[in-house]
Amino acid sequence: MSALRAEESLLALRQQEELEDLPKEYPLSTSEDEGDSDGERKHQKLLEAISSLDGKNRRKLAERSEASLKVSEFNVSSEGSREKLVLSDLLEPGKTSSSLATVKKQLNRVKSKKTVELPLNKEEVERIHREVAFNKTSQALSKWDPIVLKNRQAEQLVFPLKKEQSAFAPIEHVLSGWKARTPMEQEIFNLLHKNKQPVTDPLLTPVEKASLRAMSLEEAKMRRAELQRARALQSYYEARARREKKIKSKKYHKVLKKGKAKKALKEFEKLQKVSPSAALEELEKIEKARMMERMSLKHQNSGKWAKSKAIMAKYDLEARQALQEQLARNKELTQKLQAASESEEEEEGAEDEDEMLVPDAVNEVRMNADGPNPWMLRNGPGEAEELDIQKDPEQPPEPVAHEASESEGEENPVAEEEMLLKELEERRSLRKKPGLNQDAKPVGRRETKDSSSQEVLSELRALSQKLNKENHRSTKQKVSSARTVLPVQREEAADEEEEPMLLQRPERARTLDELEELGREGCFQDKERPRPAVNGQWLERKPNNQPGAPKEKPKKEQMIDLQNLLSTKSPSVKSLAVPTTVEEWEDEEEKDQRQMIKEAFAGDDVIRDFLKEKREAVEASKPKDVDLTLPGWGEWGGVGLMPSAKKRRRFLIKIPEGPPRKDKNLPNVIINEKRNIHAAAHQVRVLPYPFTHHQQFERTIQTPIGSTWNTQRAFQKLTTPKVVTKPGHIIKPIKAEDVGYRSSSRSDLSVVQRNPKRLSIRHKKQLKKNSVD
Amino acid sequence: MKVKMLSRNPDNYVRETKLDLQRVPRNYDPTLHPFEVPREYMRALNATKLERVFAKPFLASLDGHRDGVNCLAKHPKSLATVLSGACDGEVRIWNLTKRKCIRALQAHEGFVRGICTRFCGTSFFTVGDDKTVKQWKMDGPGFGEEEEPLHTILGKTVYTGIDHHWKEAVFATCGQQVDIWDEQRTNPICSMTWGFDSISSVKFNPIETFLLGSCASDRNIVLYDMRQATPLKKVILDMRTNTICWNPMEAFIFTAANEDYNLYTFDMRALDTPVMVHMDHVSAVLDVDYSPTGKEFVSASFDKSIRIFPVDKGRSREVYHTKRMQHVICVKWTSDSKYIMCGSDEMNIRLWKANASEKLGVLTSREKAAKDYNQKLKEKFQHHPHIKRIARHRHLPKSIYSQIQEQRIMREARRRKEVNRLKHSKPGSVPIVSEKKKHIVAVVK
Repeated sequence: MSALRAEESLLALRQQEELEDLPKEYPLSTSEDEGDSDGERKHQKLLEAISSLDGKNRRKLAERSEASLKVSEFNVSSEGSREKLVLSDLLEPGKTSSSLATVKKQLNRVKSKKTVELPLNKEEVERIHREVAFNKTSQALSKWDPIVLKNRQAEQLVFPLKKEQSAFAPIEHVLSGWKARTPMEQEIFNLLHKNKQPVTDPLLTPVEKASLRAMSLEEAKMRRAELQRARALQSYYEARARREKKIKSKKYHKVLKKGKAKKALKEFEKLQKVSPSAALEELEKIEKARMMERMSLKHQNSGKWAKSKAIMAKYDLEARQALQEQLARNKELTQKLQAASESEEEEEGAEDEDEMLVPDAVNEVRMNADGPNPWMLRNGPGEAEELDIQKDPEQPPEPVAHEASESEGEENPVAEEEMLLKELEERRSLRKKPGLNQDAKPVGRRETKDSSSQEVLSELRALSQKLNKENHRSTKQKVSSARTVLPVQREEAADEEEEPMLLQRPERARTLDELEELGREGCFQDKERPRPAVNGQWLERKPNNQPGAPKEKPKKEQMIDLQNLLSTKSPSVKSLAVPTTVEEWEDEEEKDQRQMIKEAFAGDDVIRDFLKEKREAVEASKPKDVDLTLPGWGEWGGVGLMPSAKKRRRFLIKIPEGPPRKDKNLPNVIINEKRNIHAAAHQVRVLPYPFTHHQQFERTIQTPIGSTWNTQRAFQKLTTPKVVTKPGHIIKPIKAEDVGYRSSSRSDLSVVQRNPKRLSIRHKKQLKKNSVD
Repeated sequence: MKVKMLSRNPDNYVRETKLDLQRVPRNYDPTLHPFEVPREYMRALNATKLERVFAKPFLASLDGHRDGVNCLAKHPKSLATVLSGACDGEVRIWNLTKRKCIRALQAHEGFVRGICTRFCGTSFFTVGDDKTVKQWKMDGPGFGEEEEPLHTILGKTVYTGIDHHWKEAVFATCGQQVDIWDEQRTNPICSMTWGFDSISSVKFNPIETFLLGSCASDRNIVLYDMRQATPLKKVILDMRTNTICWNPMEAFIFTAANEDYNLYTFDMRALDTPVMVHMDHVSAVLDVDYSPTGKEFVSASFDKSIRIFPVDKGRSREVYHTKRMQHVICVKWTSDSKYIMCGSDEMNIRLWKANASEKLGVLTSREKAAKDYNQKLKEKFQHHPHIKRIARHRHLPKSIYSQIQEQRIMREARRRKEVNRLKHSKPGSVPIVSEKKKHIVAVVK
């Protein structure tokens, strides 16, 4: 029985094993921990089964239970163990904790928290990653925008962009990595070693190396420039010294000496201020020099040269002056320095002596030279004199005006006064305008300005004089003030003529005066030039006695018939200076020529031919009406039968007139408005892309770029190629460092290596938020 | 009276040194030099004609590979050195001045898919169909040494492209995903992927060196940021992009060579509209490379020609082809911006002048001045019909010529249909899509 039971229990066990084996078919679902606990349990059961085998017929049914119950987190299930669960055990944790407050708190906290969101699926997370990365990268790339734009628009790009400094490596560096391998090489090396040739030894000494390293290119350049400068300065100095040495002129040396002396004096004065002791020494030196001078006869006019000069002095001014100078020098040298020791009287006496020594003639010359220059005086001292000079020529017109006013009416002197005042006002306002204009111009027209201000002054004076005259009624001035300046023709003119010109006259007088004055000074200013010409015109017109006449003449000239234009010769301007005989001779010549031409082209009438041709061209270019009538269509046709007028009218298509011809208003020109096909083959039909207006394009075509039309420099500038590459130079891709950016790829690798593959959910959320934003 | 004398300033006629040229006074009075425009026009015409006469761009053909040339790489420090990988796994290093191969090594079994040089020029990397990345020394093996790579990395999948960082010891490979490797490690330091299709090429940005661009066979171009180890944005085009190239002077501009015969220049900040659509090829564009000046780029196409495009123009300024040149797979513009190299199916690498009529060698100053003047004249009169016709005229092989005609007809038909549809539908119901926007399917964030 017992054996049977045992068998049964074994069977049951196997069944259970099978049951528990089942999940093993799905290895993905079971975890290793579970497997472990299963094993333990099985082991327990096995033990039980074995123990039940020996006699005790206690049968224990295997129970199927759920794993979640067995694996309890409170560890209260006693399944499989023999220990009994006691109630006190259950109550134990309640006892130990004094209060449940903390638990409650925790519970509350858990309750207050919301449920955690589901994590995003993998695709979405990756997408967010990508988007963020892309945004970052495109931001990083946008720093290249200005550089790319600049390079695209650059007039010229020279590649390679960055010039590479050619570094030279010493031979031993190159050789260091190289070894003799082949038998021949080894043989050669052995030979070399036998002779103790420096194969790997440094060919450069350390000092040389250091020097090579020390001096950079820039330094060397600077040093060279410095040296060059020094050398140049030295050469300048040498050249100057040589030149000065060569100069033999006495005058030069004299000037030099004088300069030196002056300098010495200045220095001495400075020394006096700074250190009196040194000055004293200097003083002693000077004193010594004085003594030496006194001892010698060097400057006493007793030498050979002085004697010879003395003979010449009678006739020669220079010799005289030279003697004079020598004496003066002697005097200077022998003079005692302490001024206090010598009395003023003595000085004066000396001066007198000096003057006595100098002949009178010399002094006279000097006086002349230094005396007030008449030219200088006129400009310099003041306006008083100038005013006087101005005044003299100004006077003549006054009496004339006075005469005129007298003739008009002497009865009401008060009204006349008023009129004169008005006149003055008007003139002043008139004069102010040019004055203002002059102000706008740059300074340098001093003279004219002055003259205008002087005018005002003189006018005021004139007015006052007039008033005086009116009051005194003295006729004496009239007689005395004769017109000296105005030409003779003017005097001949009648008084009535002068009346309308009354207003202009003072101006004219002034210009004449100015002309005279300028003539005296000998200088014309550009601005002044037109005025005499105007004056001249006036003088010329004057004999005509008709102010309107000269205006009519040019009008007549303008109204030359266009038909005669071809046959008439161009009006030759006859200048007054050309003698009449020459003119006549020229006329004869022209007549001859004209005659000859007439004879040569006797038969053909060029103008009429041309006009006819033009008329034909115009006719030909006119659009013609289209006649679409079909004779015989809808009516009888045949010889001598014409379609009806109605029909003709109906089928005649009138073509509107085109735009007016370009040569409509040009009688002597025919402009062909037909397109030239031969030229069109070479012409651009459509405006090319970058240009927006045809004028733009035409302008680019019309500006020549060749050296025939441009200077060398402009030609070079116009023909600079857009891209220049140097042969044999490797062009490397542009670098961030080259254009002044920090390279962003410095830590490419390090980033890759510490790239966090798994991000926390919170981080992901943030990322998503960012991407949504 | 003052007598006025003729007096001249000696500065105007005395030379500073004996070596100076005699100054020739010139009268620039425009009346003495009439007809400026017609004269310059004739000069421009002559210059344009001479340009065409002297346009002989082909310089040399480097032969030696025993299979089609699949990839090219420039040496970063030496202008004369160029590396090429072939479809039989052979890598060759060429000297351009001697026009000879200076080294050949069997790098991989199967294709050499990608090749790139380290920024210092001491070593280079290759990837191949044998799922390996290998680093090689630039110098050949010494006496008695064997040709061996410095490092070999065995990967799980095939790598289809490789590019090296411009400043650091990092390189990127592409295949199923974009991997970024430290040179010292055998595992990638980070791998980025977006989508499941295989990525055909990856390129580092030469200016902002943390940026990468890649293109995959599911028609998209993806940009990556190495620092944040994430892709940035993806743009899907009508057809597959074969490769991209970054502008070396403008950090955010790159150009994509597409299967739909066009090239698209993008501003990477605004991928929804390309800056410019470059059309002229008549077959898939396989490779593109920028001139180091950033003003032009060259593209290689399946139509057996290479074309040079200005960055800001929609049409090419030059097309190069020869009778024997087959499908051009890779193209490179040399670092001095004077030459172009292209590797093609028929095992040759060809060397071209970037400027077809340029005179090579040292120019005297007068030659230079004349060249500049002629260039400016050509620019000035470029819109005139005669000059335009001569300057644009190119001889094309019959296949390309007929293809162009055919495509023109097709394009015209399409346009006509569009116009008709627009005309016969309710206004506003048919949107007008510009040529630039037409080819963009979507931009994925």
